[in-house]
Amino acid sequence: MQAVSAADGDDVYLRASALDAALSMLAAGPCRILAGGTDVYPALQDRPLIGRVLDISGIADLRVIKQSDEYWSIGAAVSWRDVIRADLPPAFDGLKIAAGEVGSWQIQNRATLVGNICNASPAADGVPALLTMDAAVEIQSCRGRRVVPLASFITGNRKTVCAEDEIVTAILVPSPATVGQGYFYKFGARRYLVISIGMVAMRLLCDTEQTIAEIAIAVGACSEVATRLADLERHLCGQPLLGAADLVSAAYFASLSPIDDVRAPASYRIEAVEEAVRRLLITAGSDMGQVN
Amino acid sequence: MAGIGFLLNGKPVTSTARPTTRMSDILRGDFGLTGTKVGCNAGDCGACTILLDDEPVCSCLVALGQVDGQSVTSVEGLHESAVIEKLQQSFLVHGAAQCGICTPGMLVSAAHLLKTNPQPNRTEVEDALGGVLCRCTGYSKIIDAVMQAHARQPPSIKPDAGHNVGSSIQHLDGVAKVQAGLNYGADSVPDDALSLRVIRSPHHYADFEIGDKSAFLADRPGIVAVFDATDVPGRNCFGVIPPFADQPVFAERTALYRGEAVAAIVGEPAVIEGFDEAEFPVSWQPHETMLTPQEARKPEARQLHAGRDGNILVKGYVARGDADAALARATHRVSVHSSTPFIEHAYIEPEAGYAVREGNRLVIYGCTQAAQMDRDSLAEIMALEVDAIRVMPSACGGGFGSKLDISFQPFVALAAWVLHRPVAICYTRGESMRSSTKRHPSDIRLEVGCDAEGRISGFVFDGVFNTGAYASWGPTVANRVPVHASGPYVTPDYRASSVAVHTNAPPAGAFRGFGVPQSAVAQECAYDLLAEKLDMDRLAFRRMNALQNHMPTVTGQCFPTGVGIADCLAALQPEWDAALGRADRFNKDATKTGSMLRKGIGVASCWYGCGNTSLPNPSTMRIGVTADGACVLHQGAMDIGQGANTVISQIAADALGVPVHSLSLIDCDTDRTPDCGKTSASRQTFVSGKAALLAGRALREVILRHGNVSDDASIVIDGAEVRLVDNAAGGTASIDLSSLPVNAHGYVFMAEETYDPPTTPLDENGQGAPYAVYGYGAQMTELMVDIGLGHVRLEKMTTAHDVGRAINPLLVEGQIEGGAAQGIGLALMEDYLPGRTENLHDYLIPTIGDVPLFEHVIVEVADAEGPYGAKGLGEHVLIPTAPAIVNAIRQATGVLITHLPATADKIRAALHQQAQETKP
Repeated sequence: MQAVSAADGDDVYLRASALDAALSMLAAGPCRILAGGTDVYPALQDRPLIGRVLDISGIADLRVIKQSDEYWSIGAAVSWRDVIRADLPPAFDGLKIAAGEVGSWQIQNRATLVGNICNASPAADGVPALLTMDAAVEIQSCRGRRVVPLASFITGNRKTVCAEDEIVTAILVPSPATVGQGYFYKFGARRYLVISIGMVAMRLLCDTEQTIAEIAIAVGACSEVATRLADLERHLCGQPLLGAADLVSAAYFASLSPIDDVRAPASYRIEAVEEAVRRLLITAGSDMGQVN
Repeated sequence: MAGIGFLLNGKPVTSTARPTTRMSDILRGDFGLTGTKVGCNAGDCGACTILLDDEPVCSCLVALGQVDGQSVTSVEGLHESAVIEKLQQSFLVHGAAQCGICTPGMLVSAAHLLKTNPQPNRTEVEDALGGVLCRCTGYSKIIDAVMQAHARQPPSIKPDAGHNVGSSIQHLDGVAKVQAGLNYGADSVPDDALSLRVIRSPHHYADFEIGDKSAFLADRPGIVAVFDATDVPGRNCFGVIPPFADQPVFAERTALYRGEAVAAIVGEPAVIEGFDEAEFPVSWQPHETMLTPQEARKPEARQLHAGRDGNILVKGYVARGDADAALARATHRVSVHSSTPFIEHAYIEPEAGYAVREGNRLVIYGCTQAAQMDRDSLAEIMALEVDAIRVMPSACGGGFGSKLDISFQPFVALAAWVLHRPVAICYTRGESMRSSTKRHPSDIRLEVGCDAEGRISGFVFDGVFNTGAYASWGPTVANRVPVHASGPYVTPDYRASSVAVHTNAPPAGAFRGFGVPQSAVAQECAYDLLAEKLDMDRLAFRRMNALQNHMPTVTGQCFPTGVGIADCLAALQPEWDAALGRADRFNKDATKTGSMLRKGIGVASCWYGCGNTSLPNPSTMRIGVTADGACVLHQGAMDIGQGANTVISQIAADALGVPVHSLSLIDCDTDRTPDCGKTSASRQTFVSGKAALLAGRALREVILRHGNVSDDASIVIDGAEVRLVDNAAGGTASIDLSSLPVNAHGYVFMAEETYDPPTTPLDENGQGAPYAVYGYGAQMTELMVDIGLGHVRLEKMTTAHDVGRAINPLLVEGQIEGGAAQGIGLALMEDYLPGRTENLHDYLIPTIGDVPLFEHVIVEVADAEGPYGAKGLGEHVLIPTAPAIVNAIRQATGVLITHLPATADKIRAALHQQAQETKP
């Protein structure tokens, strides 16, 4: 694909076709980075998009999901729809369910996972499932490349560690975290086009005895940044899957700090995600042929 | 630079526009493809859906630069696809397009689905169309249309003379809608039009001062004018109810609500689009804000309007018998406290239009529900004669009450008049939501009793309504509610009072039901509580108390015929029995297995007076025959998607005795159609329909007399010849139209008739005959509550509405489903918070996945007054929905949620409280 560039006074638009051109433009000054546009345009509230705009949606190398020995890599231009269509291990199933719950088909076709984590909303649909897979974030600039764990990439509501001259180029999911089965549960106030009130992602590996060998649980929209429930994971690990739901109790959710807002009060968010975790464990049990 | 090249509907094109321009703007502005609609500019509504490399996307979120080298298909380009014709036909057959503004987005999404999946199931259709909001249809007919698109569609119904009424003909303007060829307010802006931007208050309540306008203008080439209150040539005041008119075009020193207009700038479209409002010279001194009646009624509260002490706009009152004595002797008494929030109309078409000065006349084009009222208001504002103003309504992309009030019209009228240039505006979604009227928030306390047998004994109702910053339709709400709060039940001892209180919220105005949906929540929930106290079936309790012919209403009015509520309730009985059985079995099973799902069944009724309350409310209809045999109906009842053009034509055609498809239609235009009043109060089928009946009959009479044949003769208009076949007398006659003199309207035969429904004023106790006709209905809901998470999923709604006579049963169903969907929103999710939920992702309306299956029983208890017995329907349909849902939730869970919306968290909180209370 050919690069497209246009400049009109202070307004500069570059639709980069290769990463180096994008990094050069970033090095020359701060840009608004445009990929799916599903956060950029609504944030403008009807105003035109002006200033320095770096469009990365045409960089073919960024629109790939690939596997290496160490990790799966999801490029910065990969859309939710691309994820749904990709042939991925079952550990990604939670992410795929999350993808299908994002907005609408129209949004899933444009919005990118990387955009989702860079926008850094507490209700970002992709973050919990990625946290359960120990995802890391690949960041590049003319100064070089660095990899930051997702858990420390997002530092607050709409805040990330990405510097002005940097761009997130991929989400990396380490191979060891792609074992097991992924699950996801999102709840909102209507069926489609809905921002989460709360969500839970889970990745589960059981041994032959149906004992929980490995479990990762993350909760979104219940704290400024989505978070893993490490204490609960430790508590459940080594327990039989059958009856595991009964081991879930409110204490394991005490560290969450949801807000009261127009979508729901904090107290509801907490109790609902607790219930959702229980249900995912029960679902996992019935998936494995257990009656819970 | 060379520009961005892409394939547009199969043809290579290039655009040199700024590459970050939204594709929706490129398609509409640069290529004139206005079939792509813009409803939100944020990906929330899907009206702008296009295919980009064969995938549906919101074109408002795609930059021009991003389509470089790709293929773009807009709704206009779908004809390349093999499925589109069948899909369009299916939309017409199913009545899947009402106002039509969402139709392009639906068609694009559906065509994409059908390409790979020609016979999708319901879930697949919902998933594919989930990104497109519709506010009119309730989605069900859209789902049916897509699922049935593969099938051979029945030929469109073309009834013979005398068989138009009662026939489910397609919308007469439907073809233009499904071909995306209809022009809405923003779709036909003249090329040389300037753009206008309104400067609005960012504060709920603030004094302000506008700075140096000339200096501002001098600095900004491309901005040609600034207007504020000092520029209004006539009265800087408007209001839908003249004695209460209080709203300025531009606020003068104080803005009473967030979103109120204080000034407007006009200039070249690109300059206006890019204008940063922070640059406008205005300074603000905010006051302490009063957003609720509680705050506004405090003794120390600032008074918003002179003469309205205590910030009280108006009070309503209806009393009959002795409510206190009846309550005192009642065997059972229950109390309900209910509340509802602001509800946003959320039509998918934001307010839009333009004005042109033609010599000493002003032409205003755009979306409206009330062309004649707009004209009269604009004449006052502009200090022009009424005749100097022409209001030409565009297609109206949804109204539901809010487009009764003027919005954009005075701004563009003033600017076009002064500047001698066409001036256009299209509201943004945020602007539309901030500035337009809303449904009144309610706070209602009700006590009602019954005797040992279950007959209502005493009913005391008190409702407080937040009427916002200006009067709008507040007086109507305050007056209608006490008249209707009893529901359609025998209530001999009754006292209902209401008060509308000014606050710094947006003006609360008309929204489908004028306060009655709010009061019905309290009343219908109370009825369930009484039935429980009596240990009586809830439907049986309602049937026993249902109003009958000859029984006085709460205003003392007796109808000798046409009271259809008992028939509606009876029609629900079989489904009620079956559904209760299903719920019982399901819940027993669920309790046994530990499932967290509970099924609930609820029922509620409605009644609603059609037309203005005790006020004149005429419509005038003209119908004429030209010398070459065209039969033309001047139908001024504004069709906002509900189907007035179709239904009124059906009535006129049968009255005249010709096939409806032989009529030519001139729809609402103040220069060409007589005054049919506003499209509100469920009055058009009844009042304008009756005028059409009278006009059609009068024209028939004129023609038959001219031919000297008996009243039974049939009329066949065949070119310039009219043949009259007198079946009774056996004779025939022929009239050569071309030989007849042509009147000033261009007709050789013409009739014009007016109908004004007979009403009487209400006395100090609200006694009298406020309406000539009421319509009745009842709905039941079957739903599932997840008691673990508090979620509600609607499964099925069964409706029984008495429409007197279904002029067009397909359109009746469309009204019911659309109204019910709005009732679902009221019940479960909608909550407009000024300053907070001013967009369509924080303010939630039902999506295609939130509506149940529908089943309808159309009840026809003929009314003596209405045309062919017809009654109004448009608002009735929303009234029972929310209370039926609330009652079903209660049956499923035992908890009564009367503070709407009944969100999951409220249901869970109530379940917790219930658990606390039942602890030993």
